[in-house]
Amino acid sequence: MSQTHVETRGSTTDAPQFYLTEEHHPEGSTMLGFWLYLMSDCLIFAVLFATHGVLGRSYAAGPSPADLFDLPLVAINTAMLLLSSITYGFAMLQMERGAKAETLFWLGITGIFGLIFLGLELYEFAHLIHEGAGPTRSAFLSSFFTLVGTHGLHVTFGIIWLVTLMVQVGKFGLIPENRRRLMCLSMFWHFLDVVWIGVFSFVYLMGVLG
Amino acid sequence: MTSNTQAPSHESASNTHHGHSHGHEAAHGSFKSYMIGFVLSVILTAIPFWLVMGGVFDSKLATAFMVMALGVVQIVVHMIYFLHMNPRSEGGWTLMALIFTLVLVGITLAGSLWVMHHLNANMMPMTPEMMKNMP
Repeated sequence: MSQTHVETRGSTTDAPQFYLTEEHHPEGSTMLGFWLYLMSDCLIFAVLFATHGVLGRSYAAGPSPADLFDLPLVAINTAMLLLSSITYGFAMLQMERGAKAETLFWLGITGIFGLIFLGLELYEFAHLIHEGAGPTRSAFLSSFFTLVGTHGLHVTFGIIWLVTLMVQVGKFGLIPENRRRLMCLSMFWHFLDVVWIGVFSFVYLMGVLG
Repeated sequence: MTSNTQAPSHESASNTHHGHSHGHEAAHGSFKSYMIGFVLSVILTAIPFWLVMGGVFDSKLATAFMVMALGVVQIVVHMIYFLHMNPRSEGGWTLMALIFTLVLVGITLAGSLWVMHHLNANMMPMTPEMMKNMP
């Protein structure tokens, strides 16, 4: 009896040591948990892709993708997102080295590419709506705006998250918590680029093919 | 000055973090692997745009097949070089979750298209004029 008592006392005096290791374990599962979130997000996009696959040819005697889509603009948009992916990769490499200023620099570049992407997408949407091809025109356009708009919304929140993390890193440096957050955003950002591959292949290129 | 005194502590903190985490975290990329991924992505993006915009193939079906196939290849490239997927990360659970999701995505996409195509095929044929006069 007394011995178990002593043992528990012993472990409580060692508590700070245990606390630290306890603190470290969730960091590993954070990545897995965030990955599971991304997979559930993947299902949202899968459903929107399926909707577009079903409704993508229902023009209601309205304009078709070949009339509407400006492929050079889509190509530039794709390039912007791909460039932002590689610059985020550079930010992660600088983070590994523990170089705070360089990490912030590459995160900033990533944010600028993200903003250009969003700007071009909003320009495209405004142009379509101005031409009378808004989301209410046909089932094809409804599903198009929902799918591409949902992706754009994700990018928007990614940029908000990016700016938040830049402030955090600027204030507190590359502490383990910020590294973990940057790694989560890294997965989120690359995941958005993966979804965009589906969007430009399935929606734009296949749409124009007819 | 302050940054100078802080730098070593950061360095050591990152080292201990590294030593701890290497066992169970996703693998980190290197400059080389990011560049390989980037170059492959550029090529795999340029080809489908060129196929569609240049009208390289006469057959629409062949072009569509190539666009989708190259898209799938590029997604795999992104998974490996940007998301650092490998069978060992998190004890294989990330790959397990991915496979499970892909199965669900496959069922969702194939099932929706199949069912809705059959519904469409079994509907009464309609001309655009009839469509316009619908209530």
